Amino acid sequence: VTERLQLDPIACDGHGLCAELFPEGIELDDWGYPIIRDGEVGPELREHALRAVRSCPALALRLRAAR
Amino acid sequence: MRLLAGVRRDGATGLADHHAIHGRLRSAGGDLIDAVADAGLRGRGGAGFPAAVKLRAVGEGRRPVVIVNGTEGEPLSAKDRLLLTRAPHLVIDGAELAAGAVGAREILLAAPRSAHGPLAAARAERGSPVTLAESAPGYVAGEETAVIAHLEGSPARPRLTPPRPAQRGYRKRPTLVQNVETLAHLALIARHGAAWFRDEGTPERPGTTLLTLSGALAAKGVVEVATGVALGELLDPSEPLRAVLVGGYFGAWVPADDHLRLDDATLTAHGAALGAGVIHALGRSRCPIEATARITAYMASQSAGQCGPCVHGLGALGGVLERLAAGRGGREDAHRLVRWTEMVRGRGACAHPDGVARMLASATRLFAEELADHVRHRACRACARTALRVAA
Repeated sequence: VTERLQLDPIACDGHGLCAELFPEGIELDDWGYPIIRDGEVGPELREHALRAVRSCPALALRLRAAR
Repeated sequence: MRLLAGVRRDGATGLADHHAIHGRLRSAGGDLIDAVADAGLRGRGGAGFPAAVKLRAVGEGRRPVVIVNGTEGEPLSAKDRLLLTRAPHLVIDGAELAAGAVGAREILLAAPRSAHGPLAAARAERGSPVTLAESAPGYVAGEETAVIAHLEGSPARPRLTPPRPAQRGYRKRPTLVQNVETLAHLALIARHGAAWFRDEGTPERPGTTLLTLSGALAAKGVVEVATGVALGELLDPSEPLRAVLVGGYFGAWVPADDHLRLDDATLTAHGAALGAGVIHALGRSRCPIEATARITAYMASQSAGQCGPCVHGLGALGGVLERLAAGRGGREDAHRLVRWTEMVRGRGACAHPDGVARMLASATRLFAEELADHVRHRACRACARTALRVAA
């Protein structure tokens, strides 16, 4: 099952933890804000993605079932 | 002319004149939403979304609301204000018809304070249930979720979608947010039908459209034309033109080519869209890099300040362009311009950064020569002319 990583850009404050915890799916732009590469998260990367979601201080990340 | 038929220079058209010009509204035979779908009416606020799709979605929900969006945050656009102040009955017709079609009892009309006089008079004259509200100032205040936030008493800032307003909008109710011009067209479709509407304009974007003309032109202001009109038929330049900004500050620069038609295929090929109907002509005496820098600085100042990439990215792009325009920027700034234009695209809750990215991408394509001159700290053609004039 593939899931989708979603970012709320209004909530995001650019702490940058997500890119450290989930570099496979997230990189930071030149100002320190996350760029979600394609958003698709397969089962093999689920744990990494979840760590990023859980550690976001702004609660700006979500992992949702892909439609 | 359709929307502007019989419009006076000195004031609003009263109800009797409105009926004489457009005819009375008969109880619409058949389904209005079907007629709007057949007419192919698309939103005239900027995004060009098919009006019937929104109407259907809102009509499916419980206790829907209609919001007439007369915010018109785009500084180069004046067409919505013109309709609100000169043809208020046509706009209110459209709003009441749309409310009837989706089953809404409540209609809110957001418009600048300056338009409230004629609107209140029209409302009283016909005993309309429309509630007038003052729109918020600022570029992004016209974005539909920002309009909803403003009417709810919050700051006029865009919200994250989904949910779309059609599902969950004003006070969590299904909400139809429709531009003033779109509703005016709808009022005429209800009278004359879809086939009549399609008699003008292109098949993919039928009908007439209001355009606001500005810049290096002998004749400026709001005009009504069939979609697909060529620039040569539309513009009466006051000097040779270097380029034309189409859509608005979130639009794109296109070549000042008389044969260029404002149809979807042509505009898409230039990375442009009709947007809010803004047409701004840039004369050869003005430096296109400087013009682009000014727009970028303005758009950066108009960020709602909610999303990091928009706040920092547009600010950084504004700085790069300011340096390049002043001849103080180098090769590195030219690279940053390209890199950051791509970097801000799609990174906001609303399309504000995407609009700036589109405008900047068109500028780097079309003004490559001037940009190269500025990067090498040389005067571009326009800058050289200005310097000469100053010297002489």
